[in-house]
Amino acid sequence: MKKITATILALVMCVSMFCFASCGSVNDTVENLEGTYTQEYAGTTLNVFNWGEYISDGSEGSLHVNKAFEKVTGIRVNYSTYDSNESMYAKMKSEAVSYDIVIPSDYMIQRLISENMLQKIDYSKISNYKNILDEYKNLYFDENDEYSVPYSVGMVGLIYNTEMVEEAPTSWSAMWDEKYKDNILTFSNPRDSFAIAQFLLGIDLNTTDKAEWDRAANKLKEQNKVLQGRVMDEVFNKMEAGNAALAPYYAGDFLTMKDINDDLEFVYPKEGTNIFVDSICIPENAKNYEAALMYINFLLEPEVALANAEYICYATPNKAVLTNEEYSLKDNKILYPAEADKPKTQYFHDLDSSIRSYYEKLWEDVLRES
Amino acid sequence: MKKRNSYGSIALNAPYTVWSVIFIVVPLFIVAYYAFTDKSGAFTFDNILELGEYNDIFFTSIWYSVLATVIALLISYPFAYFLSRQSEKSRRLQMMLVMLPMWMNLLIRTYSWMNILERNGLINNLLGMVGIEPVKMIGTPGAVIFGMVYNYLPYMILPIYTVMSKIEPSLLEAAEDLGCNGINKLRRVIMPLSLPGVVSGITMVFVPSVSTFYISQKLGGGKIMLVGDAIERQMQSAYNYNLGASLSLVLMVMIIISMAIMNKFSDEEGGMVI
Repeated sequence: MKKITATILALVMCVSMFCFASCGSVNDTVENLEGTYTQEYAGTTLNVFNWGEYISDGSEGSLHVNKAFEKVTGIRVNYSTYDSNESMYAKMKSEAVSYDIVIPSDYMIQRLISENMLQKIDYSKISNYKNILDEYKNLYFDENDEYSVPYSVGMVGLIYNTEMVEEAPTSWSAMWDEKYKDNILTFSNPRDSFAIAQFLLGIDLNTTDKAEWDRAANKLKEQNKVLQGRVMDEVFNKMEAGNAALAPYYAGDFLTMKDINDDLEFVYPKEGTNIFVDSICIPENAKNYEAALMYINFLLEPEVALANAEYICYATPNKAVLTNEEYSLKDNKILYPAEADKPKTQYFHDLDSSIRSYYEKLWEDVLRES
Repeated sequence: MKKRNSYGSIALNAPYTVWSVIFIVVPLFIVAYYAFTDKSGAFTFDNILELGEYNDIFFTSIWYSVLATVIALLISYPFAYFLSRQSEKSRRLQMMLVMLPMWMNLLIRTYSWMNILERNGLINNLLGMVGIEPVKMIGTPGAVIFGMVYNYLPYMILPIYTVMSKIEPSLLEAAEDLGCNGINKLRRVIMPLSLPGVVSGITMVFVPSVSTFYISQKLGGGKIMLVGDAIERQMQSAYNYNLGASLSLVLMVMIIISMAIMNKFSDEEGGMVI
């Protein structure tokens, strides 16, 4: 009897798995392509290394960007992800694997260029580069536009739960407020945490003055007694469930949280905030350069960029998306604040290794006293 | 008399020998190399000398792991004894219940506990229903120690249960016949016979606890730094492989020393050595 039940169960499972695999069709068709794509490199492999959750992957009927690219070019996309610029750098540095595409943030691109780890991009092969807004061209980390193509843009802001705060915060100083003791979350990485203290103290984010880093570290130590914790992506769970009142995080991610918990609001604190641009680059040791160029051009396709902008929820540097009526976040005041509401912003720059190890040391002291 | 290895036994051992050389011995040398060199690759003792600054972190890690080990032992020992005296059927069922959480990945188990211990988590919601103010659990040392006990408890129960179930009931009967009362029976018969299991249980809970980093990060809310966290930080974000390696090396040496001390206990009883 038992055997019969087991057999039936196994059969049911096989049938349902088969059904999942075949019944669900993935959206992998781009209707209008502006660039030209050939099958010249069909059969080759393209190694793409990107942030987690940072590309439209076909969930909920969205476009599966990698599958669509495979369909158009016949190139197999080998996609893997990382969760911080630092771990991406460590992986590239180890040279255990070679990637054809990486999408790091500004300051990390600056470091990669200075260490000769990127190769120049042949922009003449990227016809869709015209879609990139001028304000995101020639940025400080790649002044002459040689190595990078902007992919996504974001700013840090303060997320708060309206049910748990007395008045809407306007300053980073709320994160030191005794009233919210044990209800404050912050970043668990040094650079983002220091940035908040630096804005509050009016210190340049990229200062090379060690005394200023000391001051920021002391400010962070003061914060220890009111903090509930230091988190990265756990912030989603915690803020959505109302487990904390205040947390700094990225604007686009706030929109995701707001969908689940309507009590959440967002503000760009008056002292200013960190802005970042994640750009597409080709590593020096890339093995499939021509296919990589094709992939970059594909990511800039209006339709593909639209799917990505909708999926990622971060601001896009792509003109063709911003003018598209179908783009649901087009008028979002948080992603695209009006000129008058734009916060003061600063980019992170790559700091030289002596400053880096200095603030890492300070950071460890901060952690130790908490 | 020593027996020379035959070709057959060499061939049988070859797969694991190759495995352990590539994945255990060589990496150990790499760790040692990094620990005694600086960024340029020159020999130095600086990384080891720098560890003086990590005394407090080592102390916290050891203290939390000792507490976790003791709590796990206090829970496991009586349970293992009673379990070993039960019928075959009930034993099998209860052993399965012990092992059940292990079918899930450590990361998932710990992540779930994070949600349960949260300010608005399951426990605080239940307390709220009976009118008790929310208790702060997440981000406290208690939560971290609890996480260690929860995750590693089966490693304590299993070896103790194994030795306990091998104790002949006739030995206990003999002790009773010869006039032992309950306490003496425990002290003179059961405890000495179960010592090897206790020793391996302690090692199997203490070692992963002292080197953990995930549990302290998630349940400690990123506010509690243990040696494992310090190593992870050096490797992942500070890129000081040399300091990270020297931390790992010292941690390993400490574990070896504590294991050697533990094994002394069980050796005297002619018991097992891990």
